[in-house]
Amino acid sequence: MAEPKRARPEPTPETLHYWEGTRQGELRLQRCDDCAKSYFPPRPFCPNCGSRRVSVFTASGKGRLFSYVIHHRPVPGFTPPYAIAVVELEEGPRLMTNITGCPQTPEALQLDMALEVAFEKLDDEITLPLFQPVKG
Amino acid sequence: MTIRSIAPKSVAIVGAAETTKLGVIPDMSQIQLHADAALNAMADAGLKPSDIDGIATAGETPVTLAHYLGITPNWVDGTAVGGCSFMIHVRHATAAIASGLCKTVLITHGESGCSGIGRTRNVPPPSSLSGQFEAPFGPMGPPTLFTMPVLRYMKTYGVTEEQLAMVAVVQREWASRNPRATYKDPITVDDVLGSRMIAYPFRLLLCCLVTDGGGALILTAADRAKDFPTKPVYILGTGESVETPMVSQMEDFTSSRAFRVSGANAFASSGIAHKDVDHLMIYDAFAHLPLFGLEDLGFLPRGEAASFIAGRNTAPGGKLPLNTNGGGLSYMHSGMYGMYALQESVRQMRGIAPAQIPGAKISVCHGVGGMFAASGTVIMSNEAP
Repeated sequence: MAEPKRARPEPTPETLHYWEGTRQGELRLQRCDDCAKSYFPPRPFCPNCGSRRVSVFTASGKGRLFSYVIHHRPVPGFTPPYAIAVVELEEGPRLMTNITGCPQTPEALQLDMALEVAFEKLDDEITLPLFQPVKG
Repeated sequence: MTIRSIAPKSVAIVGAAETTKLGVIPDMSQIQLHADAALNAMADAGLKPSDIDGIATAGETPVTLAHYLGITPNWVDGTAVGGCSFMIHVRHATAAIASGLCKTVLITHGESGCSGIGRTRNVPPPSSLSGQFEAPFGPMGPPTLFTMPVLRYMKTYGVTEEQLAMVAVVQREWASRNPRATYKDPITVDDVLGSRMIAYPFRLLLCCLVTDGGGALILTAADRAKDFPTKPVYILGTGESVETPMVSQMEDFTSSRAFRVSGANAFASSGIAHKDVDHLMIYDAFAHLPLFGLEDLGFLPRGEAASFIAGRNTAPGGKLPLNTNGGGLSYMHSGMYGMYALQESVRQMRGIAPAQIPGAKISVCHGVGGMFAASGTVIMSNEAP
């Protein structure tokens, strides 16, 4: 029997550019051409001012650990305990993710620590943006 | 922002009841829990299904409820935004009655949260925003999502795990006075911090129970309220709002926008000040919710709620009695707890609560839906207009 996998996102027409980006190793956000607000999750208009004039851009992939929980119960595709985190990107938007490359403990996971994106391929279509501590 | 509001005390709660049993009820389906509570509330008000001409419910649809109870409504509301749906139903019903759309509204809740008999499920599909941008990272329901902002809140205001534990300790003190409470034995901070880790920093005793039950309310115009057998409980003011289906997208991890909007509108429409409040209910699916509630409703400056609760200000004998039934942490929690908070506010206003606050005249009842997704607030009074 195959290992149970984590929940798989199903892209929609409005989010396809995001999932194409992660597959190519890019974290793509959107920015309003009128009010300059960067935003997430994807949609073809600005949630700040309502303008339809928006552009996709590649984010730096850098951010800080904004908040998290360490889950101690089993979930398909995960080995507890594991952290479910929210990262605040340099560009402003926040997103949910997991933290890789460090122990899943309160001692190792300090709020505001610097993080960078680390892409993890789920299958041929879906790659997830996880985050890891910035080395050095 | 100014919005027009219904005049205070235009509408009253004239019937209120919970299901005959609370806790584990394996011999009753979800729709029957609605009906059991509805029949108890109608008996409380001396009404029959044919006397009801407006219905509001969540979990089940108003269609299912109308058919099951044999009601022909002139007005329906199926607002279903989680556990505060019933506070919002009270707000909508108040407006509907005051504007003449209907005369007598029944609001029901029933949920087989523990036994899972005939339960409806609402799981976002993998193509939804939360399905795409939260579910892949391993959350498992409210214990991992509702709790997500808390470490940021704790760091911002220097709140300790011991202070968070005191929320559960104090509410257990209230529960010990309530024969219907699921958990009544006293607990200590050490008990809470020694309980099983669920999702750090949340341990078992910082999380709500999971039980079966239901509740129902009946509202009508204030000028008819004196003809009913119980003491009328008047609606002074109400508020509602929503923010986001994804907790990761909350504007502020130390404050709920939906709480602030709902609370401010409830206070503004009621015409009361915070010092006038005798009794307070804040939906507590998890121990941090009373902290957010106390601050976002304007009872305390930001960051002061944890020390306020740890200082026993909301405990029995304290100056602001909070969650006097024991709350979702100790009384009961079927999944959409808001109805039970409303029931306790009504009991306090009728003067019949197990842990009755002597002379209480004004109660504030504040609910949350989803993971800070929605909010509803109802302010009640037992003094006739």
